[in-house]
Order: sequence, then C-alpha cells, then structure tokens
Amino acid sequence: MRELKYWQAVNEALFEEMARDDRVCLAGEDVAEPGGPFGASRGLLDKFGPWRVKDTPISEAAIAGLAVGAALAGMRPVVEIMFLDFMCLAMDQVVNQAAKACYMSGGRLQLPITIRTLCGAGRNNGPQHSQSLEAWLCHVPGLKVVWPSTPADAKGLLKSAVRDENPVVVIDSLSLWTSKSPVPEGEFTIPIGKAEVKRPGSDATVVAVGSMVPRALAAAQRLAAEGIQVEVLDLRTLSPLDREAILASVAKTHRLVIAHDAVKPFGFGAEIAAMIAEEALEELDARVKRVAAPYAPVPFSPPLEGAYYPQASQIEAAVKMLLGA
Amino acid sequence: MTKMGEGQGTSSTGSAPPGQLSRQRLLHLYRVMATIRRFEEVACQLLVDGKIPATLHASIGQEAVAAGVCEALEPADLIVTNHRGHGHCIAKGVDLKAMMAELMGKASGTNRGRGGSMHIADPAQGILGANGIVGGGIPIAVGAAYACRARESGQIVVCFFGDGAANEGGCHEAMNLASLWELPILFVCENNQYAEMTPQRVHTRVKDLSVRAGAYDMPGASVDGNDVVAVYAAVEAAVRRARAGGGPMLIECKTFRVRGHFEGDPQRYKTAEEVARWKEKDPLTLLKTSLTGPGGIPAGELEAIQQEIESAVREAVAFAEAAPLPSPDEVLTHVYAGA
Ligand SMILES: Cc1ncc(C[n+]2csc(CCOP(=O)(O)OP(=O)(O)O)c2C)c(N)n1
Ligand SMILES: [Mg+2]
Repeated sequence: MRELKYWQAVNEALFEEMARDDRVCLAGEDVAEPGGPFGASRGLLDKFGPWRVKDTPISEAAIAGLAVGAALAGMRPVVEIMFLDFMCLAMDQVVNQAAKACYMSGGRLQLPITIRTLCGAGRNNGPQHSQSLEAWLCHVPGLKVVWPSTPADAKGLLKSAVRDENPVVVIDSLSLWTSKSPVPEGEFTIPIGKAEVKRPGSDATVVAVGSMVPRALAAAQRLAAEGIQVEVLDLRTLSPLDREAILASVAKTHRLVIAHDAVKPFGFGAEIAAMIAEEALEELDARVKRVAAPYAPVPFSPPLEGAYYPQASQIEAAVKMLLGA
Repeated sequence: MTKMGEGQGTSSTGSAPPGQLSRQRLLHLYRVMATIRRFEEVACQLLVDGKIPATLHASIGQEAVAAGVCEALEPADLIVTNHRGHGHCIAKGVDLKAMMAELMGKASGTNRGRGGSMHIADPAQGILGANGIVGGGIPIAVGAAYACRARESGQIVVCFFGDGAANEGGCHEAMNLASLWELPILFVCENNQYAEMTPQRVHTRVKDLSVRAGAYDMPGASVDGNDVVAVYAAVEAAVRRARAGGGPMLIECKTFRVRGHFEGDPQRYKTAEEVARWKEKDPLTLLKTSLTGPGGIPAGELEAIQQEIESAVREAVAFAEAAPLPSPDEVLTHVYAGA
C-alpha cells in the first residue's frame, strides 16, 4: 500500500468527500488560498471553487456559527478551528448551539458538521497552543469527538465525520502531522464510536488516543522484551466512548493504565476509571493507573515541557507497578 | 386559520406599487399583528395559571416589526430569531397549535417539548430557530445566508436580534463576514429600548444602532418599528437588493417592549412618562386607526378578523391542553440525529 503523511491523508479525505457530495464545503482561517495553515487543504480551492472553499476572518465564533447555519440551510460544512485552544472562542456556537440544536428541536434540526482542530501538544508551542481540552467537548451531549493516531485513521475517521448527521469534532495531533504510513486509496471509512486494538496483549491494557498511541506502543514494545504483553487500545473516538471495547480488554488483561496528555484531574481517564469501577471492578487484579500531565498550564521551555507530558517510560513504569514487576 | 404565513410574498398580487401596500395586504398585516398580540396575551395568562412552565418573553408592542419584516419575505426564505421570538415565528407561518403546545412542554409541540418558548424551530416554515443565548443566532443566520449564496438557492435570511445582542462579539464577527462575502441576509435589530433592565443609554454609546453598518461597509437604516408600513417598505427594498446580489443590510426598528423583560418582571426601571409616550404609538392601534379612517373600511370588518383570531388562539390552546406530555423514558431521544 502507498504511504502518506498524516496531513496528506487529511487532504485526500477532504478531496474525496468534496468530490463525492457537493454539499460539503470547507471554511476556516488560511484554508483556501494558502491551502491551510499546515497544508491540509492544498488544491481544494482550485478544484472546488471559491464558494465551497472559504478563507474566513479570524473570527472563531463566526466560523463555528457559519457551520451551524450552513448545515441548517442544507450544506455539510467542514470548518477549521486552527488550534484546540482557540475552541474557547467558539464555545458558545459549539456547546450551546451545534451540540443542542437537534435535541432542542426534537430532532427537527440536524447538524452534519465537522469541526477540524489541531492539538499542538509536545511541540514547545507554549500554554495557549498546546492544550488538550478534549474532555470539555466530551462532556457535552450532542457532540462527537474523534482523535486519530495514524494517517490511515485520519483519513477514515474524517470521511466518517463528514458523513455523520451530527456535529463531530476531529482533533489532529500536530506532533503526528508529518508521520508517514500506509493509507488505503479511495473509499475507506472508519466507524465513529469504535476503538481499535493497535497491539494485542494479555498482561495489561493501556488505553490511549491520538499522539499518545505511539508512546503507548513504544512502551509495549519495550515491555515485550521483558516478557510483559501489553494490549494497546486506541480509542479513536472519545465520544461516544467504546465502553464495550474497554471492558472486553480489561476482562482479558485484568490491569488498566490510561494515558493522556491532558491534565490528570477531570481528564477522560477519570471517566474510564470510574466506568470500570462501576461496571467491572471484579475484573481488576490491581488498581487503575492514570498516566497524565500534572495540573498546570503547558510550559514552553523544552526541559519543562519534557517534564510535563507523559513519556513512554512512565507508561512502562505504570504497567510494571500494576504487575508488581 | 392557524397559520399566518399565507400572505407572504404576495407582492405580485397586490395592486399597490412596490414598497406600498394594498388594503388587502394591510388587512393581512393587521391579522398577523393582532394574532401575535392575542397569542401572547393568552400565553401570559396561561403562565399565570400555571399551565406554561418557567417564564415567557413577550413581544407585545413590537408586533409591527415581525409582521412588516415577514411580509416582505417569500415562504422559502429563512429566519433566525431570539428569545423574544413568538411574533417572528407567527409572522413566518408557524402553526399556532404546535407553538402553544411547545410552550406547555407537550410532545406535539414544534420542538417535541425539548425546547420551549426560547427555542421554537420549524424548518418547514423557514424558521431555523429561536435562541436562548443573546446574540447566538447572528453567526448562525450568516451561516445560513452563506449556504443560500453558495448553493444559489435564491433564498434570503433575516436575522432578528435585540439592541442588547448588538453588543455581543459574535454580532461583530458575523456582520463583517456577511458584508465581506456579500451574503443575502438582513440584520433586523429590534431596538425595544431595553436589554433586560438596562436602558439603551446605559449599554450603548451610539443612538442609532444602524450607524454600525458603516463599519462593515453595508447600508444601514433606522425606522419607526411601530409603523408596520415603514418597516415593510424598508425591508422590502433591502430584500430586493439582497436577492439581486447586493449584499446585507442592517435595519434598526425602534420600538418598545410594553411588558416586562420576562412575565412577572415588576418593571420598576421604566418611567410612567415613557410608558405613556409609547402607548400613544401602539402599533396595532396605529394600524387600526389608519385602516378605519376616512375612506377606510368599516370597523366591523376588523371586528370580524378579531373574532377569527380569537377562535384560532382558543383552538391552539385547546389543542395544546389536550396534547400529550412527552414520556419520561424519551429523555435520551434526539440527543443525536436519528437516535
Ligand atoms: C449570552 C447571554 N447573556 C445574557 C443572557 C441573559 N439575557 C436574556 S435576554 C437579555 C437581554 C437581551 O436584550 P435584547 O437583545 O435587547 O433583547 P430583548 O430582551 O430586549 O428583546 C439578557 C441579558 C442570555 N440569555 N445570554
Ligand atoms: Mg432590547
């Protein structure tokens, strides 16, 4: 299979979806003439014209509102909020409008919206360009939240998001932006709401998403050398959470580590730990362990940022602790 | 007769020149305005009687804006409204029965009991939704106008919002975008002198909110929002311009919120003098006077219309009272589309 970089897979998904359905349009800061702040929309303006590919002013509330209104009037908009941090400026439209329109109208309004955004974690982008705010979004019923970890997943999940009848936030990791791996050509979708076992194992489960998945896989590989078989479960979708997949993996390994770049308190790891406590405590042979960032803003300076984000070695140590190894 | 939208877009059938209104259409406007008035009077009483939960934001005194604006629209055109939107929805053709049922939280309400007064939506009538977030509808309306333009549907969008909403950041973002892209949208700022308990002089420097249009390089106008013919004339011209690709416009309609911000508001902040002054300008009385003046129609004709309205509103109340409440086991229905 041919290989693509992550951003090229995003670009391919956008091309294919816009060609497939003329109601799909794209708007955001720098997306049209510049081809995307990081290249994801290169070539789209030329192919689909100035009314389907729009550069917007730096107006996040208007960008999100544009998506809501355009969807209400028959389009299937894809809009970009450049960094996840900037979602804060669009929060009314995302939380009070997009997420609730279907419910508030008793299903008479539907919003097939995709909001693409970038998490800048791990790139020395500092406190306002690095945050992992995914739990905020997951806390809002009516939204779906996906976070791919590979170029192929990026293509498949984005295509599914565009076809979904609900608002879907797609978070991409800047740290994976130029990672390269095989991506299926043409029609290829990945279901929203389904996790994937990225590496099977029997001794412990590590649940991760997005750019944490490669660190979880690296930890699993090192532990394998010591005879410890770790199962890496890539959530792919945070909301709706694939509870069955987590329960099935824990039923198999009896040990659970959850790793995320978001600060530990109130992060999505807490939701998963609570879910296991409520539904499968008897499956556990050890405590649940969360490997996550400390409760502080993201620091800029490399040694500080290095200390801030969880590394593969910490996942490794957590697994060993649970195994008493 | 439970819908008020039938007279929309009859500009080709009226004998009067554009911007002016035949007597037949003035009578239609009277019917729309009197329906809004009666619907809200009755709803306010139902609130007091405990048949409507929470509260209501009545638009009594502002009916000429809703009626005059929607008279200039085609049925396929779209509106986005706010928390004080019953009148806009009635003028755009919402079913009175379904809206009354929604106010009572009934399963057969416009929103199946999920929204209530502040969230009335009826896409079949081009009503894309009222809104509980002040200013929240403005970017949405611009999004809808973008879709109309991008798909060349020929529709135009009207965005109703208040003087208070004009100070939300999203209003600025949305107006800039609409003007930049020359979208087919009309921003109708319903200046009823107050944002909750705060009068305009306390919340905004400029006197005429329409001057802000200049900042976006779009035309702006302030009109007497209690004169339905003036509202219609301004909007009709703006609609023609927008439909021809001329881009957006901001129309400020100066009017007065006769009742409280919400039903039950004791309104200590209003002066007797201003209440009396605006009472002189009651939009329904003004229209009635001009219709029944010299050379006009006999007052009995309006009486007959009033009777029809009374029975339509009573019918809506009877329907809503008899309608079933949503079943508690459906609390999760419609969180996601198709679910
Ligand atoms: C974002 C937001 N802030 C505050 C409120 C509370 N609130 C509801 S209506 C209102 C006043 C709105 O004034 P205006 O836009 O002039 O509309 P009017 O009520 O006069 O029709 C306020 C402050 C709200 N609903 N939403
Ligand atoms: Mg006001």
